[in-house]
Amino acid sequence: MPLLCARGVSFAYRNRRVLEDVSFTLDAGEVLGLVGPNGSGKTTLIRCLDRILEPEGSIRLDGRDMRSMSRPEIARMVAYVPQNRGVPGSSTVFETVLMGRRPHLRWSVSEEDKQAVSDALSLLGIGEFAARRTDRLSGGERQRVLIARALAQDARILLLDEPTSALDMRNQIEVMALLARLAEDQQLAVVTAIHDLNLAARYCHRLLILKEGRVIGSGTPSSLLTSGMVRAAYGVEAAVKDEMGVPYVVPIRPSENENLVKTP
Amino acid sequence: MMTDTGRQEYAHLTGKRAFFITGLILILIALAGVAVTLGSADLSVADSYRAVLAGLFPDAVDLPDRMIESNAVGIVWGWRLHRVLFAVVAGFGLAIAGSVMQGVLRNPLASPFTLGIASAASCGASVAIILGTGVISGSLLIIGNAFLFAMLASAAIYGMARLRGMESETLILAGIALMYLFSAVTSLLQYLGTADKVQEVVFWMFGSLDKSSWPKLGIVSVVVVAVVPILLWRAWDLNALAEGDEVAASLGVPVERSMAGFMLAASLITAVIICFTGTIGFIGLVAPHITRMVIGTDHRTLLPASGLVGAVLLLGADCLARTAIPGTIIPVGIMTAFLGIPFFLYLFMKRRDG
Repeated sequence: MPLLCARGVSFAYRNRRVLEDVSFTLDAGEVLGLVGPNGSGKTTLIRCLDRILEPEGSIRLDGRDMRSMSRPEIARMVAYVPQNRGVPGSSTVFETVLMGRRPHLRWSVSEEDKQAVSDALSLLGIGEFAARRTDRLSGGERQRVLIARALAQDARILLLDEPTSALDMRNQIEVMALLARLAEDQQLAVVTAIHDLNLAARYCHRLLILKEGRVIGSGTPSSLLTSGMVRAAYGVEAAVKDEMGVPYVVPIRPSENENLVKTP
Repeated sequence: MMTDTGRQEYAHLTGKRAFFITGLILILIALAGVAVTLGSADLSVADSYRAVLAGLFPDAVDLPDRMIESNAVGIVWGWRLHRVLFAVVAGFGLAIAGSVMQGVLRNPLASPFTLGIASAASCGASVAIILGTGVISGSLLIIGNAFLFAMLASAAIYGMARLRGMESETLILAGIALMYLFSAVTSLLQYLGTADKVQEVVFWMFGSLDKSSWPKLGIVSVVVVAVVPILLWRAWDLNALAEGDEVAASLGVPVERSMAGFMLAASLITAVIICFTGTIGFIGLVAPHITRMVIGTDHRTLLPASGLVGAVLLLGADCLARTAIPGTIIPVGIMTAFLGIPFFLYLFMKRRDG
């Protein structure tokens, strides 16, 4: 049974349809990359998958209908890493990660909670910042804190909204490699929205390409990333090369004839 | 993999919090002792503790003759103690209400004043004083009106937020709009009112503890004692909300319901205090800031600690207000502004390079 199963998921903000009939399944150990142009519905889909928004259609977590689950139940299954736009709070790194224990903890903090935080901190290599305030971290450090919080949550499904967009080249690779490793080692199902097609191709097992709220392609990176697909999704002429078995997209120019840019 | 990464630092932080709270309680007890000595009858600090204890356990405390002759116990219990305790409870409540509002709205400037609750109370009091009309008649007219208007303001903010979506920006903007609306109404009433009525309004708005009494203290205490434990119990929800609505929702917090509940609780505490005292500003703004700078943002300790800081500040301000100019009692609302703002600016400027 897939760990995460979405069927016919649609969502509208007031009258504006943002997601239309999105379906996919995801197994434990897999990383699914959500790609597509700005405004294609990636963030909305991620929020629907955590029931921050209430979509139409059905979402099943490990076989259970999400609508029959309480908020804390969902929180023990699904962890969400928001887009890294600076942290509003100014608590310490340890306490920010401790927040991930909220669905598990009672009023006081147990040994188990502290242990989970310690483990998450050292797994992400940010133990030395434990006492530092989160508003005094660099973008890469902060991204790690947000991921550590999701790990401390002990959830089997991990949702990330553009975890690499605020990061430099090295941090981008490190974060994506970490996600791939976590998925495999801890048998997590990871869904990540991502803009960089080449990063997505290297580290995601499968991709879901969204455009105007619809899925226009789904499959492995090498089967999916073709110059035709890049044109259809982004309206960009691109050469797609093969770099040691991984497709590599080189954008060339915007497509000239808008009429050619059609959803297949 | 077993690690103890960060455990030690967290234990250190927890210890610091316990130390801070213990220290504040001791300071508060000492300050209360000093505050009881203030007044025309001469009492030492030790005398005031003795008089307080003697009132509680008449058989257990041996009073010296001079204290019996001067009726020290009667003076302390009849005149002074309720004012001191009122300052403590009011400071405690206002500071906790401010912490809750700042936490829920993720805005360091949120307080009962920026959200229009205080100006609504002033407006209610003005209506009572100048027009002489209100829901309850008699001596409770002004108090009842102030309370009602304050709760009305928070209900209006809540209503607007329900229509527009419960986001912190919405709540703050709705609050600011209401603040100006109520201020305008108050100004209009002052323009229309007679000179002595206007003076009464102005005095009410200064905020003071002069009208404290045991029954009033009782009412305020009941509300604070009933509401604060609920806030403490839900402290983790406040922590999660401070990280952002979406994160809070993903951590299992029912976001809109919690926000509404927290705002209602904070408004209730504020309204029940300021309807008796008038506008006492800055405690709800400054106390949470000071506390957050010292012990961080975990609301399980932030709430009680900022309550204690608020109590110390308000009691200290009241002591100064009664002694700064001999023979004159400055309204404590003016004193809190004089004391709170420079201190606040100092901490703020110092923090930037820290």
